[in-house]
Amino acid sequence: MLEIRNLHATVEGKEILRGLDLTINKGEVHAIMGPNGSGKSTLAKVLAGHPAYVVTAGEVLYEGKNLLELEPDERARAGIFLAFQYPVEVPGVSNAQFLRLAYNEQRKYRGEEELDPLEFKDLLAERAKIVEMDAGLMSRSVNEGFSGGEKKRNEILQMAVLEPKLAVLDETDSGLDIDALRIVADGVNHLRTPENAIILVTHYQRLLNYIVPDFVHVLWRGRIVRSGGKELALELEAKGYDWLKEQGAEASESAVTVSAK
Amino acid sequence: MTQAIKEENEYAAAFRALQETAERVAPAWVARLREQALARFEQVGFPTTSEEDWKYTNVAPIARASFAPTFDKTSDDLTPDALAAYTYAEAAQSRLVFVNGSYRAELSDLRELPAGAVIRNLADALTSEHEAILRAYLARAASIDESTDGFTALNTAFINDGAFVYLPKGAQLSAPLHLLFLANETNEQTAIFPRVLIVAESESAATIIESYEATDESVYFTNAVVEVFVGANARVTHYKVQRESDAAFHIATTQVELERDAHYDLTTITLGARLSRHGIHVKMAHAGASCAVDGLYLVGTGQHADTHSLIDHIAPHCTSRQLYKGILDGKSRAVFNGKVFVRRDAQQTDAQQTNKNLLLSTDARVDTKPQLEIFADDVKCAHGATVGQLEEEELFYLLSRGLHTELARNLLTYGFAEELVEKLKIESIKAQLDEAILNRLHARLEV
Repeated sequence: MLEIRNLHATVEGKEILRGLDLTINKGEVHAIMGPNGSGKSTLAKVLAGHPAYVVTAGEVLYEGKNLLELEPDERARAGIFLAFQYPVEVPGVSNAQFLRLAYNEQRKYRGEEELDPLEFKDLLAERAKIVEMDAGLMSRSVNEGFSGGEKKRNEILQMAVLEPKLAVLDETDSGLDIDALRIVADGVNHLRTPENAIILVTHYQRLLNYIVPDFVHVLWRGRIVRSGGKELALELEAKGYDWLKEQGAEASESAVTVSAK
Repeated sequence: MTQAIKEENEYAAAFRALQETAERVAPAWVARLREQALARFEQVGFPTTSEEDWKYTNVAPIARASFAPTFDKTSDDLTPDALAAYTYAEAAQSRLVFVNGSYRAELSDLRELPAGAVIRNLADALTSEHEAILRAYLARAASIDESTDGFTALNTAFINDGAFVYLPKGAQLSAPLHLLFLANETNEQTAIFPRVLIVAESESAATIIESYEATDESVYFTNAVVEVFVGANARVTHYKVQRESDAAFHIATTQVELERDAHYDLTTITLGARLSRHGIHVKMAHAGASCAVDGLYLVGTGQHADTHSLIDHIAPHCTSRQLYKGILDGKSRAVFNGKVFVRRDAQQTDAQQTNKNLLLSTDARVDTKPQLEIFADDVKCAHGATVGQLEEEELFYLLSRGLHTELARNLLTYGFAEELVEKLKIESIKAQLDEAILNRLHARLEV
């Protein structure tokens, strides 16, 4: 589904990704872990097409096509979804209105009938249950005045409505208390199918107790220095990142990269 | 100079016709007021850009044109049904309609009126048992003296038809009152002088919609003066909706006086006119008064919208809130000049003023000047102004959900306006404005 080869990217002239390789097949959940500043969020933003992140080398193939030449909205319509680390507030635009417009854009793209507000209301009510979202939040402006937990749940609600093929969750667990974390994780698990794939960008092993990944990758200095199964996360939890950093330094010298199959 | 004299003489000719009209003999004090006002106009004429208050707004096109007021009630075929696009269901039985400045009883409807309240044509009220109230209040807030500008003077010189709203102590309007000023079959000479006097005595409450609409896109000149008196502990909610023809000139002045603990809430929506100017002056000379003076101006190529406000805190313990938002597209221009004046005795004043502008095009220009002048030492005041484009992060967020760029931009712009539209608590006005704003954004959003 997704093939990243030798990806280099800069933000504000600073190189953050330095030769990242990653292959993701449908039905898989990949966790990307790593210390602060290793490039995790940059990878998420690059995949979504944020204009501030500039790809300087390498390629990204999504369903066999060059993802990097698509605009952010084209990527979204093609099935890529980014759950934001810091969801953006959109004053004056109601959550329900926004979700329906986004949903209908995808329907149009797939050549399907658009849903009218009443039809959409039913769909929204059903999807809102997945993240135990209060109906009152639907008529409020997008994310405005939402608590941290509500914002993150709202991201997963959008994912539930848009049903992406590839979802990138950028630190969706950060700032959540244990109840909110469980709700968000249950929501993601509910949306996990053999047909889609999920990239979990996270700082903490905690999330992976709830959403069990098929693969765990460690990102350091802009490249993946270690890949493994879910047990790698536990190893990191126990040993920290320092032992990998040494390996990473070696790896970059010998230009060896590790990737999932 | 000679040009100015010629134009002023044209107004003078129309003035004599009004004063000499035998149709309805106005009381002597009204005739005198008009005389004084005309004299003031002839003295000052129209303002020029050399005056600080008119620096950014050039009204020379109004001075150069051959506008003249007409007082003949031309017969047109307007019916109440034909007004549907300009009226509001909530005010179906409480509305006064003026066409080209003339009161139209057959288009008006005043069935829903509480006992004691007086709502009628100003010209009729002048010769009625309410004359004493008019004499006490008319041209009090918008007075004729050495500081009166040419527009207020000219409007006053032509005081005739208009809206008179009198709420005696404790009267509550159950439905919003709609004052509709409609321009119909106007021509390049049409000058319209709407005049509104609202006297809300203590403990009374009312919602009043003042709207300006046009049936076509022709050139004409509206010069309106609205005076509002809000008595002790009374509440007046006032909406001003300006949807004049895009070729029209609209100059309006709103003068407000608040008594003790009075509350006044004004929301202005400016969409129309080639050149528009709204001057607002709220005088808070009694303790405990509060006001909210908010507005939205949305202009496109060829339009110029100017807002000048003065919130005058004279007495202590008064509160004022101001939020003005502007959306400028194409080659358009807007001016916001908001002064909050806190006088020496106005201790415990709580004043806030914000002006936010969204520029959708590089050809648009806004001049914003929020000003605080504080002479008291125990006050809480804040003000600020912003001019910017759409937020990149907000735009990216919408794009990342699959919205096309144009839709995303329109949705954000609509959201920017919505904060003010939401203030209008009347559903059909909100619906009308939502539609107008979306049309303006060329969006096909269903909301």
